[in-house]
Amino acid sequence: MLQFILKRLLGLIPTLLIVGMLVFMFVHLLPGDPARLAAGPDATPETVALVRQDLGLDKSLPEQFLRFVSGALQGDFGRSVRTKRPVSTEIRERFFPTFWLTIAAMAWSVTLGMMLGIVSAVWRNRWPDRVGMTLAVSGISFPAFALGMVLMQIFAVELRWLPTIGADTWRNYILPSITLGAAVAAIMARFTRSSFVDIMQEDYVRTARAKGLAEPVVVIKHGLRNALIPVVTMMGLQFGFLLGGSIVVEVVFNWPGVGRLLVDAVDMRDYPVIQGLVLLFSLEFILINLIVDVLYAVINPTIRYR
Amino acid sequence: MTSVAASLPVAERVRTPWSEFWRKFKRQHVAVVAGIFVLLLVAVAVLAPWIVPYDAENYFDYDAINARPSAAHWFGVDPLGRDIFSRVLMGARISLTAGFVSVAIGALFGTALGLLAGYKEGWWDRAIMRLCDVLFAFPGILLAIGIVAILGGGMFNVIIAVSIFSIPTFARLVRGNTLSLKHLTFVESARSVGADDWTIVLRHIFPGTIAAVVVYFSLRIGTSIITAASLSFIGMGAQPPTPEWGAMLNEARADMMNAPHVALFPSIAIFLTVLAFNLLGDGLRDALDPKIDQR
Repeated sequence: MLQFILKRLLGLIPTLLIVGMLVFMFVHLLPGDPARLAAGPDATPETVALVRQDLGLDKSLPEQFLRFVSGALQGDFGRSVRTKRPVSTEIRERFFPTFWLTIAAMAWSVTLGMMLGIVSAVWRNRWPDRVGMTLAVSGISFPAFALGMVLMQIFAVELRWLPTIGADTWRNYILPSITLGAAVAAIMARFTRSSFVDIMQEDYVRTARAKGLAEPVVVIKHGLRNALIPVVTMMGLQFGFLLGGSIVVEVVFNWPGVGRLLVDAVDMRDYPVIQGLVLLFSLEFILINLIVDVLYAVINPTIRYR
Repeated sequence: MTSVAASLPVAERVRTPWSEFWRKFKRQHVAVVAGIFVLLLVAVAVLAPWIVPYDAENYFDYDAINARPSAAHWFGVDPLGRDIFSRVLMGARISLTAGFVSVAIGALFGTALGLLAGYKEGWWDRAIMRLCDVLFAFPGILLAIGIVAILGGGMFNVIIAVSIFSIPTFARLVRGNTLSLKHLTFVESARSVGADDWTIVLRHIFPGTIAAVVVYFSLRIGTSIITAASLSFIGMGAQPPTPEWGAMLNEARADMMNAPHVALFPSIAIFLTVLAFNLLGDGLRDALDPKIDQR
């Protein structure tokens, strides 16, 4: 097991290196001179030269890359062009609202999605299946930003049951997490259903039924455990989807998280912040995929001997 | 595929893959309705400039600002006095173009890379799959935002961004199919009679991957339309006054209190469009996948 995790960790190094290089190159791919961008439009040539020296932009590219990597490893991404505060501080303040929002969305959407999927698979082609799958296909077809606006209009503006914006109490989390999780619940429902339907046609399920086991035992003991293996993988992929989705949802609900920070940074051309955030998002995504792979190996022992 | 059927000198109906597909597809009434709706949308998108009742960007009815739906303005009027029905129709043109073009580019490059990786294996395979891993290391919309941040906003750059992030999905899909197809007897027999690599890949392996690509194509269009609209919604895609659906929703946000109907119709338009592509994709998958028993 430990060997497997080590092997997966080593396998990440090339991906991390390329991601790091892409994020580093990002500033150099931008039209215009990064030093001038950082110095601001009114800066004199002398100031620009100073800023260039200060940011190390006068060094060679490989040297700059090394500086970038060692800075990033220490959590130093430079300063925001807009607020002049360290990028790491900006991100740290905004991290937890997004983190909890993602967790809340993940928790309800995975639970509900898997339940819908199992119900649909057990009552395949009957009315629970049709209702479940109609809901699911609608869920993947309704864009999060439109859903968020509709929910906000109904529950916050018309009915006044819930607050519209901000992230102060748990009640603030209800609408954004529903908005963010809807598509994931739908995808999980569809995926669980198809995985379950496949499993229920396996020989060992027929054997379990033939030896007279009660249907609930067959479904839970023989069906569920095996059907969950691909579902766990899917769950991990959905986490990445949530990270991306949170960007849009945070704009709708004016959420004080990293997603909106990114949108504002792109608007303001605040490149150090963009750089730090893109790296953060990618690292999270890679980390989640690693956790999923390990979980997968825990559930399914055959994978370890690959 | 059809050429095989044409060469058979049989009078009665031959079961070609195409007729087999059609036989299974037309039994799925939901997918058929979705397909008809998609055709209708395409017609609307093509004809929009000639069938809209008002100019979508430059007609302002200052007497009917924020008016609710009526006979004169079917979907009502927005806070600037523009006809929402006309804007939604013109928006179909933008969204369908964005969805179709970006997925087409993604499918083209993805299929080519997937065929190359699966057929050559070895070094090519590792390099291409590593590239896909890196592209997968960014959540889709984040990649798009990064690209838009470099290239600048606007619909053209959004299409490029969405295309790039469609590539790895197609590449993986086609690679998997290629790997399983290339060891089948008909490919080996083609090689044994001296067919070169190009012939084997294009004539014998590629046709076997088409079914999966078509299904993904339809499903990806839905996703791509949503991504493009999302980017416009957060202000990085189409800019006002362009009647792109996501951009329209973003504009509508300012006046939700007085005019919620301004947001309603673009939302319904996106929902129905994406729903139609998803249902069509599901139907295509069920009709094209030999593993699914018909019931």
